[in-house]
Amino acid sequence: MNCIRFALPLITAGLLAACSSAPSTDGQGATVEDRSGGAASSGVDANRVVSVNADNKGGVANYPELTDSKSILSKRSVLFDYDSYVIKSEFGPLVEAHAKFLVAHPKMKMLIQGNTDERGSREYNLALGQKRADAVKKALSLLGVSESQLESVSLGEEKPSCSDSTETCWSANRRGDMLYSGEF
Amino acid sequence: MPLNLRILPLLRSALPGCVLVLVSSVAQAQLAIEITGAGANRMPVAVATFEGESALPRSVTDVVRADLERSGLFKMVELGPGPMGADAPVDFARVRSRGADAVAVGTVSPSGGRYQVQVRLHDTAKQVSLGGQAMVMSPNQYRTTGHRIADFIYEKLTGEPGVFSTRIAYVLKAGSRYELQIADADGSNAQTALVSKEPIISPSWSPDGSRLAYVSFEAKKPVVYVHSLATGQRNVAANFKGSNSAPAWSPDGRRLAVVLTKDGQSQLYSVNADGSGVQRLASSAGIDTEPAWSPDGMIYFTSDRGGSPQVYRVPAGGGEAQRVTFEGNYNVSPRPSPDGKSLVYVSRNGGRFQVTMLDLASRQTQTLTDSSKDESPSFAPNGRMVLYATEVGGRGVLAAVSSDGRVKQRLSVQSGDVREPAWGPQPRN
Repeated sequence: MNCIRFALPLITAGLLAACSSAPSTDGQGATVEDRSGGAASSGVDANRVVSVNADNKGGVANYPELTDSKSILSKRSVLFDYDSYVIKSEFGPLVEAHAKFLVAHPKMKMLIQGNTDERGSREYNLALGQKRADAVKKALSLLGVSESQLESVSLGEEKPSCSDSTETCWSANRRGDMLYSGEF
Repeated sequence: MPLNLRILPLLRSALPGCVLVLVSSVAQAQLAIEITGAGANRMPVAVATFEGESALPRSVTDVVRADLERSGLFKMVELGPGPMGADAPVDFARVRSRGADAVAVGTVSPSGGRYQVQVRLHDTAKQVSLGGQAMVMSPNQYRTTGHRIADFIYEKLTGEPGVFSTRIAYVLKAGSRYELQIADADGSNAQTALVSKEPIISPSWSPDGSRLAYVSFEAKKPVVYVHSLATGQRNVAANFKGSNSAPAWSPDGRRLAVVLTKDGQSQLYSVNADGSGVQRLASSAGIDTEPAWSPDGMIYFTSDRGGSPQVYRVPAGGGEAQRVTFEGNYNVSPRPSPDGKSLVYVSRNGGRFQVTMLDLASRQTQTLTDSSKDESPSFAPNGRMVLYATEVGGRGVLAAVSSDGRVKQRLSVQSGDVREPAWGPQPRN
């Protein structure tokens, strides 16, 4: 974490050095964490990284831990029970990790998108999805994240991650997703 | 394949992002209409083939007959292929012997590259004329002309205005593509107003039919836009921090009721159509959403302030909110009738979501449908029919039901889901 934080100014200056987790590009414009060791080394096209960073100034591309599947910060969904807007204890550590990251990176912003299952009115579901997004936002605020970094919105039932009319699917759709600058 | 009758300006510009605003396009998926229920006592009516109609590339009388049949209020009586002119004497004995209570006759005559269409309606029992109409059309306006003649006949026979010349808006979802479309009330002549890779919901017609307000998710969040149909130009009407949704026009067409979350939970506000002048309409500790203006100055809306989602109303100028629905624990999406006397909404009945009608004076309710996934009801401008979205065989379709529940129609496309319908106002001539 600290390593990445200190490395940021160097990366944006186009100098890849001094950190064991130097970013590399995956060809899609997003960066992935390179744990192969060594410094500014192997296979990283410094110019390309700079251009990526320039396009996403302050965005998610500067923070490999946000997309590295081994990092808790790569997990972005909080699931809710039916008709519930309470963050379950199993998602506590996830919300805390994101709060910690946002506090440490005050220039990073987060868009929280609330979602619902497909049953009932689209507009009422939009309002219910907002309650889920607001629950995540409130938890982050209580953990010290500045209000100005957060926006909670709803996608209602419009963007299901799963589209069958089954309980398994519905539960996957009752969620709040956390997106960072550069992802929205 | 119906032709495009309206004069549509060229595509103005593609907006940034993945949204494309269109004002003219060939419909990729044509809505097909199907009649699934008719009125109990249908009046037998004959529409004679108009004299001189064979000069037209497409028949006007076919459009008139299909419109009247589809209304569920009339039973079409066949008179045979012989044309009957508007001014020729009517053989009442022959028409009467076929069982028709009324007969429409007409004449189509060329008029400098265009055609004049004259129509006259007769009461066959009293053997008197009920009135006539004349209009001039170009040959490709046969549908518009047919709808106007059907409206004329409908009004003469029922005493109420017809809605055959009105339009409907809806969202077509095909794969990952969303299209905001506008079609004639019979589903023909579909035009695409907006294409997006992100969802579009809640289209709402301005009272004069010139603009649509809707919610688009193209910015990764719900934002309310106002879209001018003639030019394809649009503006943001509400894009505050948080969610912006559920636009509903005021009867004078100047303001929009919207739902914003800028101050916390989903609450009712109003804004000018250009997005200025935001004002709070009501306050509650719960969710307030789905506002709809009634002609008598009330705003009906859905609120869960009492624990479960129910319909409430509040004077548009401010005041105390009053609960309107009490039966069941899920009553949403209220829409008052054009005369303000009844309310249509979606009720959850034992897990089934169904369109329900409430008579505001007598407090009587009636479930109008036998489907289970009904959404987004809206009244025809004459209050006779309710258009809504439902599901048939796992696919989204549009359906219409008469306010007494008897007449039923279905509008569907061959592939793709149709949803979020809104019945437009009477065209202003």
